[in-house]
Amino acid sequence: MENFFDVGLTLELLGYVQPMLIAGAVLGLVAGLLGPLVVTRKMAFAVHGTSELAFTGGAAALLIGIGVGYGALAGSVVAALLLGLLSTRDSDRDSVIGAILAFGLGLGVLFLALYNGRAANKFGLLTGQVVSVGSTDLWLLIGASVAVLAVLAVIYRPLHFASVDAAVAVARGVPVRTLSVVFAVLVGVATALSVQLVGALLVLSLMITPAAAATRVTASPVRATVLAVVFAEVSVLGGMILSLAPGMPVSAFVTAVSFLIYLVCRLMSGKRERVQ
Amino acid sequence: MTLSGKTAQVADRSTRAAVALRGARLSYGDRVLWDGLDLDVAPGEFVAVLGPNGSGKTSLIRVLLGLQPLSSGTVRVAGGNRRIGYVPQQRAIDSSLALRGRDLVGFGLDGHGWGVGWRTRRERRAAVDAALESVGATRYADEPVGLLSGGEQQRLRVAQALVGDPEVLLCDEPLLSLDLAHQRVVSDLIDARRRAAGTAVLFVTHEINPILPLVDRVLYLVDGRFRIGAPAEVMTSRTLTELYRTNVEVVRVRDQIHVVGAQHVCEDEPHHVADEG
Repeated sequence: MENFFDVGLTLELLGYVQPMLIAGAVLGLVAGLLGPLVVTRKMAFAVHGTSELAFTGGAAALLIGIGVGYGALAGSVVAALLLGLLSTRDSDRDSVIGAILAFGLGLGVLFLALYNGRAANKFGLLTGQVVSVGSTDLWLLIGASVAVLAVLAVIYRPLHFASVDAAVAVARGVPVRTLSVVFAVLVGVATALSVQLVGALLVLSLMITPAAAATRVTASPVRATVLAVVFAEVSVLGGMILSLAPGMPVSAFVTAVSFLIYLVCRLMSGKRERVQ
Repeated sequence: MTLSGKTAQVADRSTRAAVALRGARLSYGDRVLWDGLDLDVAPGEFVAVLGPNGSGKTSLIRVLLGLQPLSSGTVRVAGGNRRIGYVPQQRAIDSSLALRGRDLVGFGLDGHGWGVGWRTRRERRAAVDAALESVGATRYADEPVGLLSGGEQQRLRVAQALVGDPEVLLCDEPLLSLDLAHQRVVSDLIDARRRAAGTAVLFVTHEINPILPLVDRVLYLVDGRFRIGAPAEVMTSRTLTELYRTNVEVVRVRDQIHVVGAQHVCEDEPHHVADEG
């Protein structure tokens, strides 16, 4: 316990984890930009479902011996497409996600049971730090992130319109259904990337918590997005650096930091509402 | 929302109908909502669309918005989809939604455009400010939309519909769940717009009294039958008895019209274009 926050040791280790920090910073940016839209569209459960399917894909990839990153990516994109196409009505979205999630998770457990490699990798998929980020993974992550952000930049305005005001967006000719499928795929890709870092069970701490905190303290969509990015970056990078000296899983610290930010924002918004 | 050059535009608009339906028929399977509907709405005209639940009022709006194809006949709307302003009925907005009044209004201007709209932010801000001002919503433009009252939200809805400088304004029960004072504010705003800019108004409602002084013509739909004409022609015991095929009494009390014997006229369920289909 005495070296829990050993500054000297932390600085010494920083040099070794540079690729991971870069990966974390990129993920923080993507999650922070997508987060407010995910929260607005009430997709927290969909993100969770998608990340479980990313786990299934990652487990399948471990089993057949290809990169876990590619498996996770394939799994969550399939999940996003299924969710986008099967749940056309808000009312049955939750049950569709629940059904697909449970089946996918079961399949993943089967794949892991059949896998004979390192046991650490098995848990890693669910709780984070599956493999240290190598240079191939890093380039996949950066490339996929750039693609996600480019598509988001093109569809941002009509997507935002459709997310907060669907009835009028439909009336104005916005392709609401197509956009929701495209957005589900973007979220799927971002989720798959996050799974490698924080694990399938903790993706929500990147995609939801910072955005939920941000929307607590401002009603301006631009300010909420900027704050969500800042909160996500602080959580990811702060969590990674804090985890170095004690040598504990990254995900524990990332979730702790993002939850702390969320609590502070809730307290602030509580005060603001009472003042008004 | 600048008014310069509008006069010439108004003159140009008056030469053609803003909305034209010819022999329009809409049916779902065996059920015919309406058939043989011919309707020309002139620029600046205020047409109220009345009728009981399920008579196809909201479907008419969907047809004009291009969301619902006609079973037969033709429909033409001046300027196409982009020049239609749409005012939906008031519905609850999540109080935690990260959206301000000015953001809601801004969607009406260019929410359908691709990209993030960074380059046009100055023009957008100016247009949105003018629209907010015109409905008296400047004071609460930066408040979260979900914390505003129903009347305040509906004023923003009108600004949202008008900021795109529409040639046609489609209103689907915009006064529902508003108190009398706010009904007055919202309908006066719509009336002012059509007089100033020659915007044609189609106003779906189950309650004609709040807008009676503004209405030029009524389209009354009942079970596939319909009547079009001035309120004084359509809102009579004889016409409504024919339409409803049951004894209906129209009573005039001061400036108000009360329809007796067709209770379901006033029992419309809230409808929304996006909820159907």
